[in-house]
Amino acid sequence: MAQVTIAAPVRRFGETTRSDKWWIQPLVVAAGLGLFVAYSTWAAFQGEYYHSGPYLSPFYSPELFGDSPHAWFGPKPAVWPAWLPWSPAFLILGIPVGFRLTCYYYRGAYYKAFWADPPNCAVGEPRASYLGERSFPLIIQNVHRYFMYLAVVFIGLLAHDAWKGLWFTDSATGVTSFGVGVGSLVLMTNVTLLGGYTFGCHSLRHLVGGLADQLSAAAPLRQSTYDCVSCLNRRHMLWAWMSLVWVGFTDVYVRMCAMGIWTDFRLL
Amino acid sequence: METATFRIWRGNADGGEFKEYSTEITDGMVVLDAVLQIQAAAANDLAVRWNCKAGKCGSCSAEVNGNPRLMCMTRMDTVPTDQPVAIEPMQTFPSIRDLVTDVSWNFTVKQGIPPFTPRPADAPDGTWRMQQRDVNRVQEFRKCIECFLCQDVCHVLRDHRKHDEFIGPRFLVYAAALEMHPLDVADRVEELAEADGIGYCNITKCCTKVCPEEITITDNAIIPLKERVVDRLYDPISKLLRMFR
Repeated sequence: MAQVTIAAPVRRFGETTRSDKWWIQPLVVAAGLGLFVAYSTWAAFQGEYYHSGPYLSPFYSPELFGDSPHAWFGPKPAVWPAWLPWSPAFLILGIPVGFRLTCYYYRGAYYKAFWADPPNCAVGEPRASYLGERSFPLIIQNVHRYFMYLAVVFIGLLAHDAWKGLWFTDSATGVTSFGVGVGSLVLMTNVTLLGGYTFGCHSLRHLVGGLADQLSAAAPLRQSTYDCVSCLNRRHMLWAWMSLVWVGFTDVYVRMCAMGIWTDFRLL
Repeated sequence: METATFRIWRGNADGGEFKEYSTEITDGMVVLDAVLQIQAAAANDLAVRWNCKAGKCGSCSAEVNGNPRLMCMTRMDTVPTDQPVAIEPMQTFPSIRDLVTDVSWNFTVKQGIPPFTPRPADAPDGTWRMQQRDVNRVQEFRKCIECFLCQDVCHVLRDHRKHDEFIGPRFLVYAAALEMHPLDVADRVEELAEADGIGYCNITKCCTKVCPEEITITDNAIIPLKERVVDRLYDPISKLLRMFR
């Protein structure tokens, strides 16, 4: 590495000659992410109104233990300490949260929005010291690919939820039949947007082909997969925001239907 | 004809200040035209580096209203002139005089990166065979004109002055062009992690935003290199799989 003597910066926090409204972008990101974190935390702690008919909120899927018909292994485990708040969401929410928290796009976005590191491009920072992602704690961000593996499994589970959202049971006769409600479309849109985000992941792009210098020698399927992931990756930020907004809305929709505030209209 | 006011930084490594100049703006002008007009009419001793005036030599890098830009590629009709237009040299490199900075650190860094090391020739005549598909990926990186705007905007260099520990986005692109080349067999991954300091990059994408050649620096060069570093140093499954290869 080249050894040079370059004078220390003298710029203060927020100092810049930029004449545009550079603070709007980090402010919007902070507001958007802050709002989502606040709502999703509140929703996770509710532990009720997370399912309605065939619909299950994505914040609670998969429901490993719980009281709804969607639960895999029955009600809350007896070993769960009485003093500890309980919600089926607590068991699974760490995976999508970890996936987004370590996502390459979100990292850059929230470093700017919440840590002002930097507040925006070519704008002075509040701190002189800097460790980056090469030492603790941010070196942990390198775990992203493991969250990605789990997130891919979740896409399959959410697709299954969307499929189940097409089968309605008549409460009078107990007969289950195919149908499409507005909620079905909400769930299908949710898994589509989450899929677009997850399958455009930078770590996935690396693992399906980016690690190879001669992809032309790989199987055609692998080459096509790399092209597809790269295609989604080009709009990773867009997918990230669309899926974030929609997954929150999906929970709102299911919650409103479960509380009887909204009626789920059947289209078919 | 419209008149615009410019605040141009005048000074050297010991210090300086912004000085105001006014000049007439005509259709089709770029910022460099205005600066050269000022140099001709009002500030004959103004130091400004430029060459091709076509966005290909990377000489006229500066900061226009705080944004790292090539002056020759910044049209005046994209710059608000209701307020004085601030023009200053790149902040990441030592000032020589006025708008000219000493970018020699970059060339020293480049010399430290292991050069292109091709595998043995594929054919008896000493030539190689490559697939277009494999070359396409690194072709993007070769568009770089070494204007060093990405180095200028990178906060690791600009604000934290990690010049001794971090090679910056330009040379991560350069390393990616070599590392991902289908013929290259040199291994730069551990050096990228240690001496080159790739972990300092926190993916703000500022380098991508300022690149006049529109190279997708962060997504196509830096993050793929970061993933290779993860493979080598941090991912236990990758390490395990390598043991059986």
